Amino acid sequence: MTTTSTRTEQPRQDAEREVVLEARDVTKHFTVRGKKGSAVVRAVEGIDLELHRGEIVAMVGESGSGKTTVARLLSLYYPTTGGEILLEGKPVSHVTGRKALTYYGQVQLLFQDPFASLNALKPIRHILGRALKIHGKARGAKQVEQRIHELLTRVNLTPPEQYIDKYPHELSGGQRQRIVIARALAVEPRVMLGDEPISMLDVSIRLDVLNLLKKLRDEEGLALLYITHDIASARYIADRINVMYAGQMVEGGSSEEVIHDPQHPYTRLLLDSSPDPGRGLEGDQQSLFDEVGDLGEPPSLITPPKGCRFNPRCPFAMDICNEKEPEKVEVSPGHWAKCWLHQEGRADLLKQRNIQFGVPIETAAAEAGIDTVNAEDILDRTVALEGETTADLGPFQP
Amino acid sequence: MTRRDVGDVLLEVQDLSVDYLTLNGAVSAVSHASFTLRRGEILGLAGESGSGKSTLTTALLRLQRSPAVTVGGKVLYHGDDGTVTDLVPRTDKELLHLRWNKLAIVMQSAMDALNPVKRLGAQFVDVLRQHDPRMSEKAALERAGDLLALSGIPRDRVDSFPHEMSGGMRQRSLISLALACDPDLVVMDEPTTAVDVVMQRTIMSQVLRLQRELGFAIVFVTHDLSLLLELSDRLAIMYAGKVVEIGPSTELYHHPKHPYTKALRDSFPPLYAPLVEMRGIPGTAPDLMNLPDGCAFAPRCARAMDLCLTKRPELVQVSEKVDAACHLNDPQKEPVGAGPSDARSENGHAA
Amino acid sequence: MFTGFLHNRRVQIGLAAFGLCAGIAIFGDLILKVYGFGPLDVDYDYVASAPLRGGHLLGTTISGQDVLSQLIAGARGSLAVGTLSALLACTIGALLGVSAGFIGGAYDTVVNAITNVFMTMPSFALTLIAAGYISAAGGPGSAGMGWVMMAFLIGIFEWPGMARYMRAQTLTLRGRDFSMATKLLGEKTWRLVLFEIMPHLLGIISARFLAAIMAGILAEAGLNFLGVSTGGVISWGTMITNAQNQGALTLGFWWWFLPPGLAIAVIGTATAMVNFGLDEVTNPKLRTGNEKVVRAFLRRQRAEARAEQRTAVTASN
Repeated sequence: MTTTSTRTEQPRQDAEREVVLEARDVTKHFTVRGKKGSAVVRAVEGIDLELHRGEIVAMVGESGSGKTTVARLLSLYYPTTGGEILLEGKPVSHVTGRKALTYYGQVQLLFQDPFASLNALKPIRHILGRALKIHGKARGAKQVEQRIHELLTRVNLTPPEQYIDKYPHELSGGQRQRIVIARALAVEPRVMLGDEPISMLDVSIRLDVLNLLKKLRDEEGLALLYITHDIASARYIADRINVMYAGQMVEGGSSEEVIHDPQHPYTRLLLDSSPDPGRGLEGDQQSLFDEVGDLGEPPSLITPPKGCRFNPRCPFAMDICNEKEPEKVEVSPGHWAKCWLHQEGRADLLKQRNIQFGVPIETAAAEAGIDTVNAEDILDRTVALEGETTADLGPFQP
Repeated sequence: MTRRDVGDVLLEVQDLSVDYLTLNGAVSAVSHASFTLRRGEILGLAGESGSGKSTLTTALLRLQRSPAVTVGGKVLYHGDDGTVTDLVPRTDKELLHLRWNKLAIVMQSAMDALNPVKRLGAQFVDVLRQHDPRMSEKAALERAGDLLALSGIPRDRVDSFPHEMSGGMRQRSLISLALACDPDLVVMDEPTTAVDVVMQRTIMSQVLRLQRELGFAIVFVTHDLSLLLELSDRLAIMYAGKVVEIGPSTELYHHPKHPYTKALRDSFPPLYAPLVEMRGIPGTAPDLMNLPDGCAFAPRCARAMDLCLTKRPELVQVSEKVDAACHLNDPQKEPVGAGPSDARSENGHAA
Repeated sequence: MFTGFLHNRRVQIGLAAFGLCAGIAIFGDLILKVYGFGPLDVDYDYVASAPLRGGHLLGTTISGQDVLSQLIAGARGSLAVGTLSALLACTIGALLGVSAGFIGGAYDTVVNAITNVFMTMPSFALTLIAAGYISAAGGPGSAGMGWVMMAFLIGIFEWPGMARYMRAQTLTLRGRDFSMATKLLGEKTWRLVLFEIMPHLLGIISARFLAAIMAGILAEAGLNFLGVSTGGVISWGTMITNAQNQGALTLGFWWWFLPPGLAIAVIGTATAMVNFGLDEVTNPKLRTGNEKVVRAFLRRQRAEARAEQRTAVTASN
C-alpha cells in the first residue's frame, strides 16, 4: 500500500548533520566574444549553499538560471571567478593533479544525457571498472568484477551478470542513467551533483530513478544536489528547495514551506505555471491558461536589470526594486528570501489566490552588438572562450 | 475549466496503420488507430517514446517522412461544405489546397524549422503567398505583422532573423504562422517540450485565447500528461503504436480504464497534494520489431492475466464516453476503474 | 558503429575494387608468371596490335610491350606511391590534428596557422617546380625523381586536409559528455586520449587513410601526365603518359590508354564510394538503403489502387 513520507514541516536539524560541501559567495563569469568585442556573461553570482550528509537539496530554475553552472562549479568542471568552495571545511577552489583526484573521489557529477555521458565503444565492465581502479577500490579482475556486481545490484540492475558485458546502446535510457549513477557510486563519494538526471528519461521511468536517489540518501547518507526545472519532482525527493533566477538564488527553505508558502514572487510564478492536474480538474480554481498575458522571459545575463533581477516582470515591483539588490531576509527558521516586499511589510501580497503576472513585452536592447538573448543560448553557441583552463586539459567550451 | 463549444465531426480516423519499412522488415509504428475529432475540440495525445504518437500526427496530414508509409485505414476530413474526403490516398497536389488552409501543423522543435538566413517576415510572406498567390508582397508583410501581433509579439519582429529571437518567441511566431490561413485543425507535436514552464504557460494561454476566438480544433501531442489533463477536453493514450484508451480528460484522470493510463497518471508527483511514496512502471517499452503476442503492455502490467499474454485486446467502448483496450474491462471481469485503490478522491489522495 | 560501415553496400563495393587492385599489386609477379608476358618484354611479332592477338589479351604498345602486363605491373607502382603518400599525410595530419584539438591554446593557434599556409599553397604548381629542380639536380639525362620522392611531394600537400579533419573530430569528442565525465572521474589525460577517445578516431582514420591512398594514386597519374617523370617505374600514370606521348590517341590505339584510364577511374569511384559510406555511417540521416524498400512498396500500393478502380469501373458497367 502507500506510505506517507516521514518529512515534517520543519527543516531537519542542521546541527545534527555535518556539512559535507559548501559554497560561499560563489560567482562565475564567462567572457564571450560577439560581433563588436567581448562581453561578460554573469552566469552565477553570490551562491551560498550547504550540503549536509543524508540530505537532498534541490536547485530549481528555468534555463539560463545558472543551476547547471552551479553543479559544474561544485564538481570542478571549471574554476570559479569568485567565492569559495569547501569540502568538509577545507577550501578547494584551485586544485589540480593529486588534490583533484581526492576531490573527485568525494564529489561526483551526474550528467543529464545518459547516452552522451557513457563511452559508446566501451562495455559496462570497462566503464565501471575504470572508476573502481582509478580510486583504488578494487584490484585484479576478480575483485573488480565482484565490486561491479555489487554496484549493479545497488542500482537495481539485476541480475548483474546480464548487464556487465553490455554496451550502452544495448540499454534503455533508464538503465543507462542507472549505470551513470553506479559509476558515480563506484568511487564512494560523499556528494553527488545531479544535473537534471531524469529530464531526458521517459516519464514512467523517472520515478524509479528518483526513488533510487532517495534510497541512497536514506540508506547511505549521501548528500545530493538535485538540479531540475521541474519543481514537482524537486518536492518529491528534496528536503530543501532553493529557487534560482537569472544566476542568483532568490529563495530557500524546506520543500514543504517553499511549495505551500512561497516568499518570492518568482517562486509564485513558477508554482502557478507548473501543471497540476489536481488544480485543473477540480473545476473550482482558475484554469492554468486563462488570460495570463505575456509572462516575460528571463533577462540577459550580460546586462541584467539593475537592482532585483526579477523586477521587470514583477507585479509588485517598487522603486527600490529597480535600484538596490534585495538583501536576504529570514522569514522563518530555515526559510529565507531575497525580496524587498519583506522589508516593506508587504509580504502578504504573496499569499493572494491569483496573481496577475503578465506584463508588456520588454523591448530587447542590443548593446555592444550582442543581442539580449537567453544566456544559455550564448553559452551554447560556438564562440571562443578566453582564459579559464581547468586542470590540465586546456581551454574548454562549457 | 472553461467549456468549449464543440461542433460537428471534423476528422474521422478509422483503423489507421503506419509502418516503417526497413531492409530488415516492416516495423509497425501505428496500429489500427481510430478516433473522432470534432470542430473546436482539443484532443490530447499522450504517450512515451515508441508509442507512435508523433508518427500518428504526421500521418494524419499525410506528412510522414520516408521510410514511414501508411499501410491501411482512412482519415476522413469533413469539410464545412459537407464533403467528406479520405486523405490517405490523396497526392500532394490534391492535398495542397487543404494543407495550411484547413489543416495546419506545428512540429516538434518548430523553432528550428525557420530558415536562419531569411528574415522572419520574408518566411511568413513565402507561406502566405503560396496559399494565396493573389496577395501582394506588401499585403503579405502586413498580414505577417498581424499574425505576430496575434501572438503578442511586437510587429517590428518581421525584420528579425531567427537567431535574434529567443526560442519561446520563435515558437510563438510559428504557431501564429500555422494560423495564417484560419485553419479548421492545428496539429501540435510537442510544441512546448523545448521551452520552460513559464514560457509554456504563456504560449498555451495565447493558443487557447486564439482558439476561443477562431474556433479551430487542436490535436496536442506530448509526453507531459499533467499538462494535457489541464488542457484538453478529450485524451487519447498511446502505447506501442496503439491507442489504448480514449475519453474525456476528467474520466481518464478519475477512473482510468487501462492499467497504463493509471500508471502514467501516477508517474507525476503532485505539486500540492500530500506526498506519498510513488512508483514508476517497471521494465522498458517494447521493441516495436518484436512485439509480444497478446497485449503489448502485459509484460509490465501489475494486473496481467493469462489471457493478456495470448490475445491482443481490442479498443472497445467500455463506458458511455470512454473506449479502452484491456481485457480487464470484459463484462465478466472486474473493470480497471473499480476498486478503492484506483480512483482518485477529490483531493488527489489515492484513496 | 564500424561494423555498420563494413556492411554498407557502397563501402563494400569501394573496398572490393580497392582490394582487387591491392591484390593485383601484391601478387603481380605471380600473375605475370602465369600470364607469360613481362611488362618490358618486347614482342617483335605483335607491335601495336589490337587485343586478343598472339596471346596479348589487351594488345601491345607501339614498342611491342604487352598492355595487360604493364597494367598489372603498374598497379604496384601506383599503389606504392599512393600508400606512401597516404602514410605521410595521415601520420602528420593525425599527429598535428589530434594534438592541436586536444592541447588547444597557443599550440592550436600555431598549428592552425601552419595548416592554413600549406593548405593555400598551389600544390600541383609547387610539385611541378620541385620536380623540375629535383630532376635537373640529377643532371641532364637523369631518370627524373624516384617514386619515393613523388610520394613525398604528394603527401606533403595532402596532410593539411587530414589535420583539419582530425582536429575537428577531436574537438567534438573532447566536448562530449563522456569525455568530461571520465576526466571528472580522475582519469589521467594520456589514458583518456589513448583509451577513451582514440578508439573513436581510429575508425575514422582508417577510412581516411584508404581514401588518401586512392587520392595518391590519382595524384600520381595526374602529375605524371603533367610531365613529372618517375624514372623507370611503371605505373598507370606512366602508361597513360607514354601512350599520349607516343601518339596512341591520334593513331587510334585505344587499347593502350583506355585500360589504365579505366583503372584510375575505377579507383576514383571506389574512393567516392568509401567516402559516401563513411558519411552515411557517421550521419544516419544520409542512409538511403531503405529508400528502395519504400519505393517498391509505394509502387505496389499505386498498382493496387489502380486495379481497384478498374474493377470498380467494370463492375459499374
